[in-house]
Amino acid sequence: MNSGQGPAIQARGLSKQFGTLRAVDNVDLTVPRGHVYGFLGPNGSGKSTTIRMLCGLLTPSAGEIQVLGLNVPEEAEALRLRIGYMTQKFSLFEDLTVRENLEFLAAVQGLPRQQARERIDQLIDQYHFADRQKQLAGTMSGGQKQRLALAGAVINEPELLFLDEPTSAVDPESRRDFWEKLFDLADLGTTILVSTHYMDEAERCHRIAILDRGVLVADGAPGALTRDLAGRCVEVVAAQPRRAQQVLVNFPGVLSVAQIGNSLRVLAQAKEDLSATLSGALQQAGLEASVHQAEPNLEDVFVAATRGQTRDGAGSDAA
Amino acid sequence: MNWQRLYAIFLKELRQMRRDRITLAMIVVIPVMQLVLFGYAINLNLRHLPAGIADQAGNAASRTVVMDMLATGVISPVARANTPEQLMDLLRRGDISVGVVIPPDFERRLNEGREAIQVLVDGSDTVVQSAAIQLARMPLTQASASRTEPISVVSFYNPERRSAVNIVPGLIGVILTMTMVLFTAVAIVRERERGNMELLIATPVSRAELMVGKVLPYAGIGLVQTSVILLLGLWLFQVPIRGSVWEVYVAAVLLILANLTLGLLISTRAQSQFQAMQMTFFVFLPSILLSGFMFPFAGMPQVVQWLAEALPLTHFLRLIRGIMLRGADLTEMWREVLALLVFTALMMTLAILRFRKRLD
Ligand SMILES: Nc1ncnc2c1ncn2[C@@H]1O[C@H](COP(=O)(O)OP(=O)(O)OP(=O)(O)O)[C@@H](O)[C@H]1O
Ligand SMILES: [Mg+2]
Repeated sequence: MNSGQGPAIQARGLSKQFGTLRAVDNVDLTVPRGHVYGFLGPNGSGKSTTIRMLCGLLTPSAGEIQVLGLNVPEEAEALRLRIGYMTQKFSLFEDLTVRENLEFLAAVQGLPRQQARERIDQLIDQYHFADRQKQLAGTMSGGQKQRLALAGAVINEPELLFLDEPTSAVDPESRRDFWEKLFDLADLGTTILVSTHYMDEAERCHRIAILDRGVLVADGAPGALTRDLAGRCVEVVAAQPRRAQQVLVNFPGVLSVAQIGNSLRVLAQAKEDLSATLSGALQQAGLEASVHQAEPNLEDVFVAATRGQTRDGAGSDAA
Repeated sequence: MNWQRLYAIFLKELRQMRRDRITLAMIVVIPVMQLVLFGYAINLNLRHLPAGIADQAGNAASRTVVMDMLATGVISPVARANTPEQLMDLLRRGDISVGVVIPPDFERRLNEGREAIQVLVDGSDTVVQSAAIQLARMPLTQASASRTEPISVVSFYNPERRSAVNIVPGLIGVILTMTMVLFTAVAIVRERERGNMELLIATPVSRAELMVGKVLPYAGIGLVQTSVILLLGLWLFQVPIRGSVWEVYVAAVLLILANLTLGLLISTRAQSQFQAMQMTFFVFLPSILLSGFMFPFAGMPQVVQWLAEALPLTHFLRLIRGIMLRGADLTEMWREVLALLVFTALMMTLAILRFRKRLD
């Protein structure tokens, strides 16, 4: 198989129709090998559906997919030996122990006995399960379950790893740990497609894609995407932030206003410096405030991309 | 078919089963309970019907007749009465099922060849009715001493006409039909409900490996249940095995496979464990009623007989009764063996074809 060359994932015109709902709509996606690729989007935007189509679990309504050089879903069976998939909902067996779960996965992935034992010992050590090998998976905490699911997904040392919200129940400390592991894997050449709702995680990815109602609205390196927003972000420090927000939220040219502690973060609909106009508006309303330009961050990118009105972010290919 | 993967599924299923106390208990409790129920409680030869007796003659001859009737064991006296009207009251209230009236002129009627004894029956229960009719046919000669039955029925293979002997072999089939279909159907649907299916189909496990690996442990359970029924049947009801024990197990395996594959097919359709349960009973009920377990096969209309031929239990019953009660061997009944094998192959093919390694 043509493993070495070409992107890990290439999808063209990918769509999925559930009855009248178009869950995924004409998505083009290219994931280069060895990348950690972030998948963002509001709830129900089609992240899980896209991932399932990419691993051959759902049949696309339209579009073409090539994963690791294989046509999906036609050649999905051959693909399954080379990928790992961590489902959004915990899908290991709750009535098996940690070790039994790993033994099962090793066996169905076809690892020879001796090799399986070594690999399991290694994973149990790496993923800190040494003192819970005999604990039933169902009795573990949410974060522990997700750690186990990741260990299970990488048991066959896959070339490509699909992780669907792997850290949704994980504390910040363990999340850092988790991402260290992902980068270790990436260093070894594993391509990782990971969906997340955390901006700090998205920040770490080599590249991200943002889905909104099934449509791909942004795709690029986090740095490039934030750079595209330069000049659209304004920070307002006000004595009465709630009231200032009420004044600004319907102001022409303003896409969104979010309160962060005592300050407000204002995102403009287009690339224009709003600081002077906003400052004037607040003074008129009799509100004390200092207004200045701010560095855009990924959350701004997310909001700009999913608020609909402007589609500036979409297709900005600056990586 | 990859043996390592097949074994992995098998082992996983076994481990999960070991932790499922309720299922584990059911494996033994169901056969024991059913055996005791059918063996003792549901006795088709009625005995000890509560009876009321109005002996209006009250002489030596009438007392002899009453004693004879009680000696059959069909009725037990629970009430005495003076008039037929009193007996009818007791019948209506449900205190008795049978009333026996011996009129004052009993002996004269007997001599004249007229109806000498009246038996009142609770006709709302057909089984009681037929038992009482037998009672009424009891030959009455004047002296009650030298009596010869004009017609005698000799029952081969079950001379005492004990129903346990007939029922126990069939019970193996009934229990296997219920538990095997249900266990497999639920085992797979549960996996779907709990979200494990998404993990399973994302692995290289093939459809056939998944299905065969999952049902194999249940085949083992079926054999355990078969053994429990055979042993209890022998111990409690002295049910004989006239043919070879080995062939009894072969027949059981044939039925187990047929039912497991049927359970698999159901699992590809059912969306929830509850639906799986409903579909199982949809198959289970006709199996009980039409297979010949409850009612004689020969008495059913032609169309129903065709339907019954499609049920694995029908063929199993013929096999198991043949082996256990008549000492027949499998080669003599190759048609039934073939029918079960064809059923299994058909169900397995359908199940594998219907099962998709997809979520949609
Ligand atoms: N099997 C299905 N049948 C019908 N509709 C479905 C099915 N699966 C998903 N959907 C719908 O498709 C849309 C996209 O769902 P999806 O699970 O892909 O979202 P998501 O981006 O993963 O959301 P979340 O962040 O909440 O996990 C949703 O509106 C969902 O209701
Ligand atoms: Mg999702």
